Amino acid sequence: MQIFHRSANTLSKLSIFGGLLVVGLLLLFMNAFESSGWVTTQNEIQTQPIQFSHARHVGGNGIDCRYCHTSVETSAFAGIPPTKTCMNCHSQIFNQASYLEPVRASYRTNTSLRWVRVHDLPDFVYFNHSIHVNKGVGCSTCHGRVDQMPLVVQVQSLQMQWCLNCHRHPERYVRPRADVFRMDYTPPTDQLALGRKLVAEYHIKPVADLTSCSTCHR
Amino acid sequence: MHNQPKYIPLRETHFFKSGRSERPLVAGTVARGQLREDDLLYTGKVDGREVNEFPFPVTEAVVERGQQRFNIYCSPCHGTTGLGDGMIVRRGYRRPPSYFEARLMNAPVGHFFDVITNGFGAMPDYKAQVPVRDRWAIAAYIRALQLSEHATMQDVPPAERDKLNAQPSAPGSK
Repeated sequence: MQIFHRSANTLSKLSIFGGLLVVGLLLLFMNAFESSGWVTTQNEIQTQPIQFSHARHVGGNGIDCRYCHTSVETSAFAGIPPTKTCMNCHSQIFNQASYLEPVRASYRTNTSLRWVRVHDLPDFVYFNHSIHVNKGVGCSTCHGRVDQMPLVVQVQSLQMQWCLNCHRHPERYVRPRADVFRMDYTPPTDQLALGRKLVAEYHIKPVADLTSCSTCHR
Repeated sequence: MHNQPKYIPLRETHFFKSGRSERPLVAGTVARGQLREDDLLYTGKVDGREVNEFPFPVTEAVVERGQQRFNIYCSPCHGTTGLGDGMIVRRGYRRPPSYFEARLMNAPVGHFFDVITNGFGAMPDYKAQVPVRDRWAIAAYIRALQLSEHATMQDVPPAERDKLNAQPSAPGSK
């Protein structure tokens, strides 16, 4: 007696491949979802208490990154300027603009402006700005052309695989220390030759150390 | 996991009324290694008078550091040459005096350190943005700018003259 019809053979074969296909598609989908801007907040515009424009301050007025981010060369945190730094100029420039009232109110009442963090790494990553800028990693390599951004967005995914791109091949990204804070820096055509030279000159650690878990996670 | 219950810089706290997890120093306390006994180094004054000496030797590295820091923190108003024509002044900030005025040419170097530390006239203080040694380096660089304003080829050491001649003129300069 035949329990299954002959066509069941085809169906069973199809279901094996179909099952694999579904699992494969699911993995692909999960991967795409995890690296999508919806999860990584890449290219997402955050609403800030004041629409501070880096394009105006850096691109337009030529103010160096370090004027405000004073601790970027010496500590893990680049530093968000206190309201006093804004008032250095805005005590006189646009000092009546209603647009800047939150800044003046913050200064008068000694309360902090509540900026929304744009580049937010997980707390289990011990990222340190100073080691990067002192070893020739330029601001724009990770943060993009901030001098052209009316509102700062995160241009890179900040995912671990993105970090590892550079930790595995630092010679592809490092630049001379003198150019670290230059926004318009473009790598030379012989970047690899320059990179290898700088990796040696700046004593950048071997890849085995750069990719060791405890370099970034403790 | 992503946000752990710990304080990273500038993370908000609900424990203190101000919401700041960074705490100010308790009044009357001095952090270890931060006692400011050396008047010359920390105030640019000795017995209340501005000094005309540096608290540490001024080497080429110090002047270069001063140039770099000057271009970051001072040039927005004072301009890269010290004339007082920086970009923020062109945007409407009160114009600072040129470093080449007789009053500033004759001012003791401690005066520049004091102005960076405490501000002067329309200029705000920079003590929070520029560490003490960098302020002295900037003061040294201001002295170098003042020297260069009326310098002639005779002031350049013979070994360096060719270097000057070889360099193409920077944009905007003659």
